[in-house]
Amino acid sequence: MNTCVERLKNGIITENPTFVMMLGMCPTLAVTSSAINGLGMGLTTAAVLVLSNAFISLLRGVIPDKVRIPAFIVIVASFVTVIQLLLQGFLPSLNDALGVYIPLIVVNCIILGRAEAYASKNPVIPSIFDGLGMGLGFTFGLTCIGICREILGAGAIFGKQIIPEDFHITFFVLAPGAFLVLAFLTAIQNKLKLPSATNVEQDANIACGGNCASCVGSACAANKGILEAERVAAKAAKAQAAKEAAAKAKAAKEAAAKAKEAEGKEEK
Amino acid sequence: MGELFVIVVSSMLVSNVVLSQFLGICPFLGVSKKVETAAGMGAAVTFVITLSCIITYPIQKCVLDPLGLGYLQTIAFILIIAALVQFVEMALKKFMPALYESLGVFLPLITTNCAVLGVAIKNISNGYNFIESVLCGFCTAVGFLIAIVIMAGIRERIEYNDVPNSFKGTPIVLVTASLMAIAFCGFAGLV
Repeated sequence: MNTCVERLKNGIITENPTFVMMLGMCPTLAVTSSAINGLGMGLTTAAVLVLSNAFISLLRGVIPDKVRIPAFIVIVASFVTVIQLLLQGFLPSLNDALGVYIPLIVVNCIILGRAEAYASKNPVIPSIFDGLGMGLGFTFGLTCIGICREILGAGAIFGKQIIPEDFHITFFVLAPGAFLVLAFLTAIQNKLKLPSATNVEQDANIACGGNCASCVGSACAANKGILEAERVAAKAAKAQAAKEAAAKAKAAKEAAAKAKEAEGKEEK
Repeated sequence: MGELFVIVVSSMLVSNVVLSQFLGICPFLGVSKKVETAAGMGAAVTFVITLSCIITYPIQKCVLDPLGLGYLQTIAFILIIAALVQFVEMALKKFMPALYESLGVFLPLITTNCAVLGVAIKNISNGYNFIESVLCGFCTAVGFLIAIVIMAGIRERIEYNDVPNSFKGTPIVLVTASLMAIAFCGFAGLV
């Protein structure tokens, strides 16, 4: 039971996919022009995440390690198709608003990331709660950004007008506004030194910038290995340098002591 | 001919894949540190998107539609793209080592690039014919290339600028992206 609560908290707060991990940026920017769209996208993703986590966790003993990524993709794609058909049938307005971004949930890195990082290694119940936590965290993030953009851009919350039309800044519901809102959000995180993928040092020279905290692209596992090796090597080099410096200092000290001794002898 | 021209302009500039459709944001923010790597990524994406459009269109029209399997579109397309990327990687390694040297590192990153799947699905839902969808795919990818190279060029300059502390890193990149998106909004009158 404890792990379940911990998983929920982890997904919503500690490792919030939007604010801390900065995952799934495409839907985050694209569908948050209003709070209701953000909420809908978040819940849709959450549903897919819970189902795929549960299923992958159930099958974790059956899927051979070498073909696990394609297997995960097929499982995720099946659930996305199911959800897409359900939306088309029962919530056609939301389906129209989200459009092509519903099938694109398949390539949302949160889902494959959780499958790879958690569901493929843990029992079913915690995996479900992990998916639920992450999904709710994502929903929370999208809804927050959606509310910000809707208030500024259309003067409304969930479609309810609160600011008269003369004071709307339409810019914020358009494409550039999405980038700007996210820019200020990450800037605030940096300012307050909150845990976030944007605060991580990026010092690697590999193609993707090596900021693995913001990426679970499962395909680049090799890159993660390189990065890890680089970090270990840097650490070892540092330790070596420190050791050498210490040895040098020691030698210098000894030499100084010897020189002193010699001086003393000479004086005698 | 006129229609084709409209497709070229609209998919390359007016509804730019990154700056107005928000597809492929991850590589756009992640691989845009240097112009060289950005151009490499852009070229790899162009290659893969064009190929995937050439392959997914016949699959949809000749396999899925006649069999009434339209609902399998998402699954079929993502599998085709994943396999295609693998195949392209192997083929390049074998036949064009020089090209592989320059594009190879980016290829695995492309499978999870939503622009590829997004363009393939949009081609079908827009009801394009084969020529139009291949052209649309190619031009969308060139739009991506333009955006990422411009972004990398600006980022190389930003390196030497005095950016406020809290805006260093991702935030200033996003502000730049925002300004670029405003600029690209200016193309809206073209079509």
